[in-house]
Amino acid sequence: MNTALEIRGLGKRFGSVVALDGLDLTIERGRVTALVGPNAAGKSTLIRAILGLVHPDTGTLVLDGEPLGRDWRYRGRLGYMPQAAHFPDNLTPREVVAMLRDLRGSGAGTDEELLEWFAQSGAMDRPVRGLSGGTRQKLNAAIAFLFRPALLILDEPTAGLDPVASGRLKDKIRALRAQGTTVLLSSHLIGEIEELADDLVFLVEGRIRYAGGLAELKAQTGERSVERAMAALLGGGRA
Amino acid sequence: MRATRRILRYELHNVLRSRTVLVYAALLFLLTDALFRFGGSGARVVLSLLNVVLILVPLVSALFGTMYVYGAREFTELLLAQPVGRRSLFTGLYLGLSLPLAGAFLAGVGLPFILHATPEAALWGPLLMLLAAGLLLTFVFTAVAVLLATHFDDRAKGLGGAILVWLACAIIYDGLILLVVSWFSDYPLEGPVLALTLMNPVDLGRVLLLLQFDTAALMGYTGAVFERFFGSAGGRVAVLAALVVQAVVPLALALRVFRRKDF
Repeated sequence: MNTALEIRGLGKRFGSVVALDGLDLTIERGRVTALVGPNAAGKSTLIRAILGLVHPDTGTLVLDGEPLGRDWRYRGRLGYMPQAAHFPDNLTPREVVAMLRDLRGSGAGTDEELLEWFAQSGAMDRPVRGLSGGTRQKLNAAIAFLFRPALLILDEPTAGLDPVASGRLKDKIRALRAQGTTVLLSSHLIGEIEELADDLVFLVEGRIRYAGGLAELKAQTGERSVERAMAALLGGGRA
Repeated sequence: MRATRRILRYELHNVLRSRTVLVYAALLFLLTDALFRFGGSGARVVLSLLNVVLILVPLVSALFGTMYVYGAREFTELLLAQPVGRRSLFTGLYLGLSLPLAGAFLAGVGLPFILHATPEAALWGPLLMLLAAGLLLTFVFTAVAVLLATHFDDRAKGLGGAILVWLACAIIYDGLILLVVSWFSDYPLEGPVLALTLMNPVDLGRVLLLLQFDTAALMGYTGAVFERFFGSAGGRVAVLAALVVQAVVPLALALRVFRRKDF
């Protein structure tokens, strides 16, 4: 079975705004799938629906062959790195991590590599309110990777990271992919997508404009870069 | 339940270290301490604290509660992305917010009494009622704060709503009762006024405490009716039950909104 996540007829409206318009999508296991699209395309809503933060109006999500209903336990198999890291101001990173360990249990074991990398910054016992944005983002990454998730959801993971930290995180993503972890990556950085992704899902106004391999996208549009290929899909031709 | 306890433990760590909660406890302590130092006896201090409790406790609970829930929004989302049920998370968040505020109130008002008050039998009733009223008002107004902050995504609306609820309960409501009384002064109003009083937590706190001091005689016939109802054991239970209901109803509504909400 190569399908990690299967999405069928996923629909969500916010008032009169259609965020997801009957989405059908298959995410392959052990691959990095990039989720791209213009603002308000539905990327965040899709990620939030997978995480159970948003209740879809229609459609089903099937993770590892199990339909996701109201049972929240499936989230123990997910890792999530939100775009902006916000932790309780008065807790220390050590306490935040302890809290999440308490909530998740040992499960599939832990991967302490990024946490040890974070600990080297000497920030483990300082209140979160005193940490810089980049340091918080490193903690955010360490937490997302800590519980050996089967599906890792990364929302603009390198935003706010310095080049060294960004490179370290990308190396980790590649290593996890090699070990068979499925990664869903939302990013506006085309270079990052070309560097990391195997597949690409291009969303526009809640619908899928393209879903498939990066190489196939270039071949289909006759463009040499992903950026130009997406512009061609949008009907803009050569940007 | 286990998840609730785990979330509560860390929420308590976080909120108890919050400067606002520490300043709130210190302010109550200094005020109560000062009232003792200015020569007040235990009973007089309780009476002087009456309006502080009725005005300050709801205001701090409503405003701090609303701001706290908005401030914790992103972390709440991160917790919701963990294998935790929404009910457990909600309960942990509410208790993690209300218990430290209740603790700050108890410590701020209670410690000076332990330090200064001479133990006399006449003090215990009023003091216990003061502490009960303060604690219940804390739970009522943090429940309202959680409801508003969960319902409104817009922080300005939530905070505005919290201030409005506080204004309505602490100030406007009594004015409205006065208007009703003057408009319908030709009719027997004791029953309706009693019912209206039962609907406002701040008024309930006030009545509960004033009746401890035999001041109802100053309020004429209505005072006598109030004394007969609220002064009885059954009346006191009704007041406490009404305050509990006023905490539970917004809390149940907030839980319903929280479980259905799209984050």
